[in-house]
Amino acid sequence: MKVLVPVKRVVDYNIKPRVAADGSGVETQGVKMSMNPFDEIALEEALRLREKGQADEVIAVSIGPQVAQDVLRTAMAMGADRAILVQTEAEIEPRVVSSLLKAVVEKEQPGLISMGKQAIDDDMNATGQMLAARLGWPQGTFASKVEITDGKVSVAREVDGGTETVALTLPAVITADLRLNEPRYASLPNIMKARKKPLETIAADSLGVDLTPHLKIISVAEPPERKAGVIVETVEELVEKLKTEAKVI
Amino acid sequence: MTALVLIEAENGVIRQASRSAIAAASRFGDVDALLLGETGAEAASKLPGIRKVLHVPALKHALAEPAAALLAGLASSYSHILSATSSTGKNILPRLAGLLDAQPISDVVAIQDDATFVRPIYAGNALATVQSSDSVKIMTIRSSSFDPVNEDGGSASIEVLDAPADDGKSNFVKLEQSQSDRPELEVARVVISGGKGLKDASNFHTLLEPIADKLGAAIGASRAAVDSGFAPNEMQVGQTGKVVAPELYIATGLSGAIQHLAGMKDSRVIVAINIDPEAPIFKVADYGMVGDLFELLPALAKAL
Ligand SMILES: Cc1cc2nc3c(=O)[nH]c(=O)nc-3n(C[C@H](O)[C@H](O)[C@H](O)COP(=O)(O)OP(=O)(O)OC[C@H]3O[C@@H](n4cnc5c(N)ncnc54)[C@H](O)[C@@H]3O)c2cc1C
Repeated sequence: MKVLVPVKRVVDYNIKPRVAADGSGVETQGVKMSMNPFDEIALEEALRLREKGQADEVIAVSIGPQVAQDVLRTAMAMGADRAILVQTEAEIEPRVVSSLLKAVVEKEQPGLISMGKQAIDDDMNATGQMLAARLGWPQGTFASKVEITDGKVSVAREVDGGTETVALTLPAVITADLRLNEPRYASLPNIMKARKKPLETIAADSLGVDLTPHLKIISVAEPPERKAGVIVETVEELVEKLKTEAKVI
Repeated sequence: MTALVLIEAENGVIRQASRSAIAAASRFGDVDALLLGETGAEAASKLPGIRKVLHVPALKHALAEPAAALLAGLASSYSHILSATSSTGKNILPRLAGLLDAQPISDVVAIQDDATFVRPIYAGNALATVQSSDSVKIMTIRSSSFDPVNEDGGSASIEVLDAPADDGKSNFVKLEQSQSDRPELEVARVVISGGKGLKDASNFHTLLEPIADKLGAAIGASRAAVDSGFAPNEMQVGQTGKVVAPELYIATGLSGAIQHLAGMKDSRVIVAINIDPEAPIFKVADYGMVGDLFELLPALAKAL
């Protein structure tokens, strides 16, 4: 079974994003970029399935600009066997990404798609569900545990009230939550080896998908700042202030 | 224009987050509600401002596959389809959007007009104003940004619908719920949260619960606290956990990483207790106390 792992290049999670002065978006020039943390977790899960003998090949795929090659190299350094870049310099939304991924799925015929539940830049939490819908496959979103037996995948999902388990017939889409696993680091020898692994580039506009967004970003602004607070010295003072000044207790 | 809201019931009661989504939907025109599962239709019919309740008792577990298929069949009668930004809404509505080739609009915090919305991006470090050209606009609503409609006041009709044909590829196995008598995190007036600084699960309980009891507070946790097993996953507050905006949020032994702030920085009053005066949580706190939580929390419990 092949496992397909979509990965996105995003502003590193340790960087505090800054809104661009012209309000068009968030500064990415000269900012450290990395693989979306949820995608690292999804990739780790795919690698573990291969190591357990439940998958034969792990393919990383990124939809994005030329520079997204760097996250695909990282994916291969972590252990992906090969990578595909569906290249476009356009700003694309999950609707378009899921269409392009569907085209890749039709070509590669994976038995499982393991992807992150959300990207930490647009925080949409949509691409996995949209891709599953387009393929007519079942979905196991917000996964914290994944087990494959007899052509089925059991997925424990983090839901508002606790943990829900569903059983899905393969092929299926799973979207990884934080506690699914702890992703490995790429070792130096593996980083070297990854340079020799195959990376195929496909032009996004060759796949017959309209790249025009349906959701237009009109402006991006800083959220309102909170006003500076005060330091209190004793719990009595704190309780007093909460009662008389803030009037919350 | 008519909006359809996917609502959720718990023990026969409509969740507050769903009532916030109804409040948001009423900006667009008439509102119908869709309820999955056996219970809650009565309560749904009493919500103010609902035209009719579509009730699908057969979809007991609200699995995304049949739910999205059902919604896709109803979509042509509606201009907007909404739900709360709940785990159910986030599971079902993007799948519906995939079926309709629409771009969902996640976690809307403000509605400017029928097609223009504001939503947080980058863990709430920026607010994007977005405009949708889809004929049916599909969106999830951040409950803390819209005052919920009341529980009573309406008398909508109830129409029972059958579940759509099922291909049997997705099956519910079980739901493990942690029982708690405390208020739900997202609706509590006061939340006290603990982080890695609590050191272990037993401290988490013995230090936070007495204060929560006195204030009628819900208990929350940072990701590090959940990962370390101090608290179950549904207590996580943040970018990838629950988003809360209570009257009072007390953050103890947590540093205030941007991913955590994303889930609580719209709280009305924030209190931070941390031993490190440089901890970023103090930047958003109205009242800060620098010190050892192992001394301060018992003292606070006593002082309340
Ligand atoms: C993709 C992604 C998503 C994430 N989503 C979330 C999310 O939704 N929610 C979330 O919370 N995090 C999230 N995180 C994790 C986040 O980046 C931080 O790692 C996490 O919030 C840290 O938890 P903490 O503050 O409890 O731990 P730490 O950062 O270790 O802080 C512990 C704090 O306790 C204080 N302390 C220690 N001992 C004492 C004492 N005796 N008395 C008083 N204070 C003490 C310390 O000074 C320190 O400030 C996410 C990370 C990633 C990469």
